[in-house]
Amino acid sequence: MNRVARPLLLYVGLVLLIVAVALLNGAPYASRMLVEAGAYALIVLGLNIQWGYGGLFNFGIMGFMMVGGAAVTFMSYPLNDNFWHSDGPILLGHAIVAAAIGAAIILGAREVHRIGIRGGWRTALITLAWLVGYIIFRSQMDPAVAYVLANGGWVGGLGLPVVWGWAFGGLAAGAIAYVIGRICLGLRSDYLAIATIGISEIIRQLIKNSQWLTRGTLTVSPIKWPTPLPQDYQAMGVDLQSSLLYARGGYFIVVAVIVAVVMFLLARAYHGPWGRMMRAIRDNYIAAGSMGKNVTARQLEIFVLGSVLIGVGGAVLVSFTQIFDPNSYQTINHTFFIWVMIIVGGAGNNWGALFGAIFIYVVWLLSEPVAQALFTTISVWSTQLGWGAIPDIESRSLQMRVFVLGLVITAALRYAPRGLIPERAQTSR
Amino acid sequence: MDALIFFFNKVLVTGTVEGSVYALGAVGVTLIFGILRFAHFAHGDMMTMGAFIAFLLALGLAATGMTFPVPTGFVVLPLAMIITAVIALGLDRGFYAPLRRRGARPVALLIASIGVTLVIQGLIRLFFGVDTRSFFEHEPKGIIRIPTTAIGGSRDISFTQPQLLMIILTVVLCVALHLFLTRSRLGKAMRAMADNADLAQVSGINTAVVVRVTWIIAGALACCGGTMLALDVSLTPDLAFNIELSIFAAAIVGGLGQAYGAIAGGFLIGFAETLAVFDWSVLLKPLQGIIPFQINTGLSLVPTEYKLSVSFVILVIVLLARPTGIFKGASS
Repeated sequence: MNRVARPLLLYVGLVLLIVAVALLNGAPYASRMLVEAGAYALIVLGLNIQWGYGGLFNFGIMGFMMVGGAAVTFMSYPLNDNFWHSDGPILLGHAIVAAAIGAAIILGAREVHRIGIRGGWRTALITLAWLVGYIIFRSQMDPAVAYVLANGGWVGGLGLPVVWGWAFGGLAAGAIAYVIGRICLGLRSDYLAIATIGISEIIRQLIKNSQWLTRGTLTVSPIKWPTPLPQDYQAMGVDLQSSLLYARGGYFIVVAVIVAVVMFLLARAYHGPWGRMMRAIRDNYIAAGSMGKNVTARQLEIFVLGSVLIGVGGAVLVSFTQIFDPNSYQTINHTFFIWVMIIVGGAGNNWGALFGAIFIYVVWLLSEPVAQALFTTISVWSTQLGWGAIPDIESRSLQMRVFVLGLVITAALRYAPRGLIPERAQTSR
Repeated sequence: MDALIFFFNKVLVTGTVEGSVYALGAVGVTLIFGILRFAHFAHGDMMTMGAFIAFLLALGLAATGMTFPVPTGFVVLPLAMIITAVIALGLDRGFYAPLRRRGARPVALLIASIGVTLVIQGLIRLFFGVDTRSFFEHEPKGIIRIPTTAIGGSRDISFTQPQLLMIILTVVLCVALHLFLTRSRLGKAMRAMADNADLAQVSGINTAVVVRVTWIIAGALACCGGTMLALDVSLTPDLAFNIELSIFAAAIVGGLGQAYGAIAGGFLIGFAETLAVFDWSVLLKPLQGIIPFQINTGLSLVPTEYKLSVSFVILVIVLLARPTGIFKGASS
């Protein structure tokens, strides 16, 4: 099969699969699936920039998705008057000032080599500065947090449009990626993977335990949509099924437009000099460096760029499900899930990434009912044989999703190691 | 005095037990990295799997009605370790060996280990669900108390019987590992291969056997570590992920590829985590007269919720300051 026929065939198969799902489970179900798959496509495209273009092992996807979700919640949730009318903002202001003072002390300590303090003494001073800065920050932050929790519960949102929240989600994820990248990008493959997985875990704990900011495990809902909600259509007299379809369809169009624009821009970048440079760095960073490319700066660039997309994707997902629940984020269901998508789809190829995102999401959703049907059949047999029925079929079939995902990525690595739609080798004629 | 005993009970015992668990896990991670050159992300899941195997065996043994002076979990541990080692060999044959034969890069093996993580997690949850289980549903957890009136304390030094057994077991296993690596022919071959795989192969070392032995040791130790953690706390499928990051931190802090480094790193991470969430106000209370400010309770370095973060902060600092670990380790 040649370069065009194979992807085309795969996409035709995918469309048929989606149509089959729509026929079996109804159009509203399929439309929900497509919206979520579209959001995952954004995230996978972000990872594709990092891993496919740049060869960076980002295992911190969950963290960036959470940042996006928390950001859209913060931007678009209505204002919390209880908080704004209390002393909370002033106390939080004190905490910010304390953080700034702490940062100034640390930055000052880093510069002591200018006045002749070097080596071990400088390291000791920097360590001390970190400790002092931390204590100053905690001394202001702890009372502020306690006050906010007691009066008003949490900070609440800013009441801005959702699309701003998405943009802010991307921005916040990018800003955090910049800091992480500055610290960690010097690390090679396995080490970078472990460092990012750890950072994503820290981000999760921060967001989960910062009850004053994100409401933590109490969860925030409902988060607004950029398009009319099903309830809005129902108020106009549309019946339930159609209202779901219209509302989700509207949301899907917004997501699809974003994905299309991102795909177009990425294709331009990939085929341009920038993309060639990135591939050169990925394939041989030593050679690229000796040709005068600033490897560290370029890697930071793609790390931030990819994380922006992951943040936006995370924000789109959260505002679609309308609830931000830090407890629902798990490395397996987020980071590893996205990695399966890109490996199966094809790293380095945007069409492969898009295919992987949609295909794996469909497989993920379908493996539950299929497993349930399978278990029910086996259960009937085992009952007839006198061994008794399988207990808790429903909860067990839910767990089969993870298992199926593991088998899919294993099969992909074995039989299609470069993905179903692999990156095309660029050859000059 | 009482404050010191409290410190002993809270920090020394907990830190040693956690350190033992991390050390046993980190040894496996570091051996696999040394021999096969990839970070085995499914190691935490292998530990959980081992714990569940031990749990099943313990249930079976309890059903026979036999009683033992030590907790059933320890009685079945050797058998569970053997079973887990065999499964680890099977995992290698089914998931990693085909990729190695094709000459895949270590990166592909790392991604394959994600697949293994998903498969193991899926199977554990399929058979056991997501509930929390305990080894001590049918038998009491023995508590050892040592009165301290002789040295002027009113509080007892106390720890559980499993905790004591765990610490002894870890010491035994570490000594055995040391003897294996330094005295036996196979152990020396392992160290040679970790240093330079190609050189080891041309000097006549059977690398296939070394790989197999690596998986056996890693699997057996993983089972032991996982079971110990389950005996000390409780058994859930999430166990894997909560320790995964700490054992990787331990392995890296000790220097990837360095077995002794991993043991040291394990205890370092275990104690660091325990010390960071320890409530220092108890120790400082007696010094209230000297210290100018009022001491409140809850004076810990980091809140308990952020316990996991401690290992990462250490990890990141070590990676930045000394990327090869405290002991000089391999780089990928």
